Amino acid sequence: MGEITLRNVSKSFGTTTVIPDIDLEIANGEFVVFVGPSGCGKSTLLRLIAGLEDVSGGTIAIDGRDVTREAPAKRGLAMVFQSYALYPHMSVRNNIAFPLKMAGEDKAVIDKKVNDAARVLNLTDYLDRRPGQLSGGQRQRVAIGRAIVRQPAAFLFDEPLSNLDAALRGTMRLEISELHQRLAKTMIYVTHDQVEAMTMADKIVVLNAGKVEQVGSPLDLYRFPRNLFVAGFIGSPRMNLVSGEPAARRGAAMMGARPEHIRISRENGEWPGTVGVAEHLGADTFLHVHTDAAGTVTVRADGEVALNHGDRVFLSPDPAKIHLFGADGLATPRSAPAMQGAAH
Amino acid sequence: MARAVTAQRKTLNTILAWAVALLIAFPIIWTVLTSFKPEPQAVASPPIWFGFDWTVKNYVDVQNQRNYFDYFLNSVIIALGSTALGILIAIPAAWSMAFVPGRKVRDLLMWMLSTKMMPAVAVLTPIYLIFIWLGLLDTRIGLVVVIMLINLPIIVWMLYTYFREIPGEILEAARMDGASLWNEIRYVLTPMAVPGIASTVLLNIILAWNEAFWTIVLTTTDAAPLTKFISGFSSPQGLFYAKLSAASTMAIAPILIMGWFSQRQLVRGLTFGAVK
Repeated sequence: MGEITLRNVSKSFGTTTVIPDIDLEIANGEFVVFVGPSGCGKSTLLRLIAGLEDVSGGTIAIDGRDVTREAPAKRGLAMVFQSYALYPHMSVRNNIAFPLKMAGEDKAVIDKKVNDAARVLNLTDYLDRRPGQLSGGQRQRVAIGRAIVRQPAAFLFDEPLSNLDAALRGTMRLEISELHQRLAKTMIYVTHDQVEAMTMADKIVVLNAGKVEQVGSPLDLYRFPRNLFVAGFIGSPRMNLVSGEPAARRGAAMMGARPEHIRISRENGEWPGTVGVAEHLGADTFLHVHTDAAGTVTVRADGEVALNHGDRVFLSPDPAKIHLFGADGLATPRSAPAMQGAAH
Repeated sequence: MARAVTAQRKTLNTILAWAVALLIAFPIIWTVLTSFKPEPQAVASPPIWFGFDWTVKNYVDVQNQRNYFDYFLNSVIIALGSTALGILIAIPAAWSMAFVPGRKVRDLLMWMLSTKMMPAVAVLTPIYLIFIWLGLLDTRIGLVVVIMLINLPIIVWMLYTYFREIPGEILEAARMDGASLWNEIRYVLTPMAVPGIASTVLLNIILAWNEAFWTIVLTTTDAAPLTKFISGFSSPQGLFYAKLSAASTMAIAPILIMGWFSQRQLVRGLTFGAVK
């Protein structure tokens, strides 16, 4: 089991409040990603759940048991750190065996579990090496191995891939997702990379300045961002946010249109403009278009589109997919822009 | 731009380095040479550098007057005992200061260090009286405790500096892995800090071996270490330089030999953290 419940959890360091007040439910077996910009409190929140920091207020329960005052080891959680945090003086085998040894397991049981974990993680040939003799990806796998042998109630990952290069990050992302499918255990994963969040999560928790901005499935957040912060944070390239006349005409303080929801034409459209930069990625083309009405707008177009710097174009946001925000930064219900679009 | 080092400059540097080294080592070399001179030649003026009648008579005389090995044993017990006790106390202290620091850790460390700046003689009377009351005068255990206390600030400081170099995440990982505080220190922190602990141990053995104020003041015979052995030859029968030199040579030889064999470890330990 691995059901985690946070009630009114707060954390202050001296006079600095990092997390004012958070409520959160994490269901058993869920892959939950905490995402947000640097300093938003996502790692602190994870460390509170782990027990590596004490809460300033509120309670944390795991499977209904209040663990707020319990030591990290008593919570039945395993953690994978950004720096891997392997024991440099121990072999891979002893690193993976360490939690079992601390739990007082039999030598035979330890050997079996370590060998099983090593097989799952492709580490069998490296068991007698020291962490210093491994590549970054292998080290990360050892850290994961150390976590899985304990069969914890839940896994905590603190930006585990940020020290790896882009290619390896992609591979490890898949490996962790697959591990989640296979183990069917609760996983909480902290990242500032919204691609990781979108691709791995069952549920994303978007954090900003210690507050939960929105909780939902990746596609929920993509389709229905609750406010300007989430709208700007989720999605790559970022959503175009336009104030002024185009927003006012739709009865909002701010309107948002994702790059993939803007039609581009040489003949006609709502916002005339000039192509500033065209990034040809093969499958897609990202066009940065300077318009008078909406400022610089990013458009995702087909990879084959033959537009380049200086071309005159017209942009039209897809009325069914426009996001509207009030002066308070909150989104107005999605049905409104669709109806407004239909009325035009 | 790299600094060019010409051959000429290199030679000059080498000569200078040897000159400084000789200057520093001169008292020791002089002592060793004197210890092999007959007593009249030892006080000859101008001094006779090498052309004297080499003899080991001084060593034989010294050993006949006092049994060197009794003093040697006391020195070993005091140096090793105070170091072991100090390390046992300092590891948890340095651990807490490095990994769960309170707001006044810096002040506490400075205060500990400041006790080293106080002249030892300032606390002679209270410590002497305490030793009388507790019956610790001229006991090994009394000296082990006093020498440990005197060097404790340095041990704590050194270990604190080494521990600060160990990433906190590794200790947190151990905590997540279910290690108790004791196991965290035993299986993770201490093995990782071995180079630092080793050089702290070595330095502390040297400091304890050479300590001459308290060891001379607080002992008479039973617990007297080699410092007392040397001082015993300095006054009673007038000044016998050759015998005094022989006694000094015997007293410093063990620690010199230990220092020689561990110099690599000492230097590495003392510069630990200075370069990544």
